[in-house]
Amino acid sequence: MTTPTLLHGAVSTGDTLPELAYPVTATTIVLGALAARDWRPMHHDKDFAVNRNGTRDIFINTPNLAAWFERYITDWTGPHGRLQRVTFRMHGSIFPGDTMVFRGTVTDTGVDATGCAWAALDIAVSVDGDAKTTCTARVALPLDADDNPWARSGDRWTP
Amino acid sequence: MSAIGIDDIEGALGVGLYEEEGEFPVEQGYIWTTCSSVENGNPLFWDPAVAEELTGGPIAPPTMVSVWFRPHHWAPNRSTPGLPLQIHFDLKEGLGLPEAVMSDNTIVFHEPVRPGDRLTTRQILRSVSDEKTTKLGTGRFWVIDVEYHNQRGDLVAVESYTGFGYRRSGGEAGQ
Repeated sequence: MTTPTLLHGAVSTGDTLPELAYPVTATTIVLGALAARDWRPMHHDKDFAVNRNGTRDIFINTPNLAAWFERYITDWTGPHGRLQRVTFRMHGSIFPGDTMVFRGTVTDTGVDATGCAWAALDIAVSVDGDAKTTCTARVALPLDADDNPWARSGDRWTP
Repeated sequence: MSAIGIDDIEGALGVGLYEEEGEFPVEQGYIWTTCSSVENGNPLFWDPAVAEELTGGPIAPPTMVSVWFRPHHWAPNRSTPGLPLQIHFDLKEGLGLPEAVMSDNTIVFHEPVRPGDRLTTRQILRSVSDEKTTKLGTGRFWVIDVEYHNQRGDLVAVESYTGFGYRRSGGEAGQ
């Protein structure tokens, strides 16, 4: 049996998630764009990005950034963590040579009317201290070692 | 596909439009490619025993939901697919607002998506504001939901996009 990494009772408002720093290369961006099936040239063709989009290089596409945020959250929760909702707000782009840094804080916790326990998070990915994309998220967590948020469906899952 | 003018808004609100099936079934290879691209080692996606225990078999990372609707770069005999968020472009055209930006994007996750699923999507206009003036120009905010269902009719996710269509008051370009 897989033991839950993080139980709801171990999480409090104000807790911080472990920081994740990642050096971005052109490969990071191209791999992410193709994984997200985003064939638009500004995510793989530097000449297009610079001369047509006016950006300084190719940049990470938004759907792949969503996958980065998911990875950041579930690195913290472990496999029992089940995303309920995420909201993204874009402020700027991330380019090769940047080191992107993810930081997150728990802003609230609770248990809904169906008995599903959750934590609300504020997360930002920054480069040199500038937030490039911010994300609010709510993730379901197990209440105890026998609880599994993934077992919920229908009326018992109200994200 | 048709423009949505000011007199069409009331009739368009809450109506499912542009229903479309993904070009291919949800596939395990793309799940691994995506996890690899962000170095996501969650055992749900790599260890069949963990997936069986926690989710009753393999699932896709929830944030991949829109990936299954991005068309192939090329395919034989394909008719031109609708633009993602076609309603956004219908509103721009019908309201005479040449510029637009998307301000934020929310995804709410319901039933898990599994390899082999055939997903369908539809777009629903939820609201259009009165005219507002921002630093970009004068225009209207709108909210469009994109619903995703699996082949069993289960809702798997809803994406909500907030857009602002506008006429420029000077300088800054939209998309």
